[in-house]
Amino acid sequence: MSHNIKLPEGSIEKQTITLNLGPTHPATHGVFQNILELDGERVVSAEQTVGYIHRAFEKIAERRPLYQITPLTDRLNYCSSPINNMGWHLTCEKLLGVKTPKRVDYLRVIVMELARIADHLICNSIVGVDTGAYTGFLYVMQYRELIYEIYEEVCGSRLTTNIGRIGGFERDFNDIAFQKIDKFLKEYPAVLKEFISLFERNRIFMERTQGSGGIGADRALNYGFTGPNLRAAGVDYDVRVHSPYSSYEDFDFNIPTGTTGDNFDRWQVRNQEMWESLSIIEQALRKIQDLKGEEATLYHADAPAYYLPEKKDVYTKMEALIYHFKIIMGESEMPSGEVYQSVEGANGELGFYLISDGGRAPFRLHFRRPCFVYYQSFEELVKGGMLSDAVITLSSLNLIAGEMDA
Amino acid sequence: MGLTTDHIKSRLTEKFGEQITSMEESYGMLSIEAPKEINLKVLNFLHDEADLGFRFLTDLTGVHYPDRTGEELAVVYHLHNLVENVRIRFRVYTSIDQPEVYTATGLFSSANWMERETYDFFGIRFVGHPNLKRILNVDEMDYFPLRKEYPLEDQTRRDKDDDMFGR
Repeated sequence: MSHNIKLPEGSIEKQTITLNLGPTHPATHGVFQNILELDGERVVSAEQTVGYIHRAFEKIAERRPLYQITPLTDRLNYCSSPINNMGWHLTCEKLLGVKTPKRVDYLRVIVMELARIADHLICNSIVGVDTGAYTGFLYVMQYRELIYEIYEEVCGSRLTTNIGRIGGFERDFNDIAFQKIDKFLKEYPAVLKEFISLFERNRIFMERTQGSGGIGADRALNYGFTGPNLRAAGVDYDVRVHSPYSSYEDFDFNIPTGTTGDNFDRWQVRNQEMWESLSIIEQALRKIQDLKGEEATLYHADAPAYYLPEKKDVYTKMEALIYHFKIIMGESEMPSGEVYQSVEGANGELGFYLISDGGRAPFRLHFRRPCFVYYQSFEELVKGGMLSDAVITLSSLNLIAGEMDA
Repeated sequence: MGLTTDHIKSRLTEKFGEQITSMEESYGMLSIEAPKEINLKVLNFLHDEADLGFRFLTDLTGVHYPDRTGEELAVVYHLHNLVENVRIRFRVYTSIDQPEVYTATGLFSSANWMERETYDFFGIRFVGHPNLKRILNVDEMDYFPLRKEYPLEDQTRRDKDDDMFGR
């Protein structure tokens, strides 16, 4: 009987259980595996395996002109693709020396903050699902839908947005887009308030999240934490404030921080950030209305060598035709140099390290993916805790498999 | 806001002298180079000195330059002083025949996976790394895909040639 089954040496004698959490477990919310060693319900050790959906974006990017790399960035953190897109455009603009008009910056800020809300909404409501409260998740989904409708109005797609172009947007925001933003701004605060009140003082939720998955500021920094997870540990580092891009310096907002870096603090920080995001969007709308003259209608920079000309110009003007042709054929060369540009992604500092040798495609492109960097701390976060706490920690870290595996 | 590039430069020259082979600033970031043998010394110096304080490892990655004989592979560190909000780029080169660089995991826990990723794609072996194995690719893989000798598409294909526009 048992002599037919070959078990690894010592696996019968050992007093712990090996549990495979993932790669396709509903609680991992993405394709990655955790091999947990359990003593009863306590986690003794954890080993993470990532790479199940690795798609070699860095290699693919070495054969593509800049504008064809934008759709690759969509598929990093697909819960907030507009932030990735904008980060990539900003990287290109830094390398090419393109200066964007204020209105473009503000429109970008609106889109990025909407994306941040959509991302935090998913993450926070999933934490709810994993603690056994499904209602919040189902309730806020319809408001994420409103955000997706705004994307749709601006760029035509919903999840993998490919939004904007190098130098600005492919088209101006139409009236319906602004109406939809207004509608969202009007309806959402009440919803967020209700969502928070479902959880914030809820005994079960507090007991499940407080004190689990915590990390101190020193360890978090050493592990390369960024974004809400770092701020929950009490470090007020935010790329939007420290290295402002897209005119974030014009806005007035707070950086919410926590103290213990546990699951509850992370959840709280994300909620506070949604309030800040709402206020930023309102400020941006006001700033756009205040723009006067020619500035009030601009939606892209004057960068003819990289920004596609309008179709009617292509048919009537020689120069536009040439640029159109060169851009489409990927013939626009770029200056050689090295740039590092980062944006505050929804789960941390999303960096783009671009090396150009003066060719038509990047010589090397590296994505600094926040959750890839901080996921390695998982073992330290869950060691000695309960298995069910490990599951909540997993979801409250906001791990996105697409971003981790690039 | 006291930490200036000039200060960093002078501190580095004072400590390492000629060993820092290059210091230049481009696109608003100071970029320094040093021989791979002293990479840990430089990282430690940047990390520990109170007035420098580059205690945050933002990014670590590799680059392959097939034309640089004897120093084909580069390891690039992006460090950040969060208090003064200054970033710095530090790179070391290694030959492709003996791609060995000392690990930074003793200094930064975050370097663990980033070095594994660099090993996975470029084959740079980080000496002293606690668990140096592939991370994103399958364990059975016997090559390092981001090296330039592996072209993205089949180079024997002729159907995509465009002789007209000189591509």
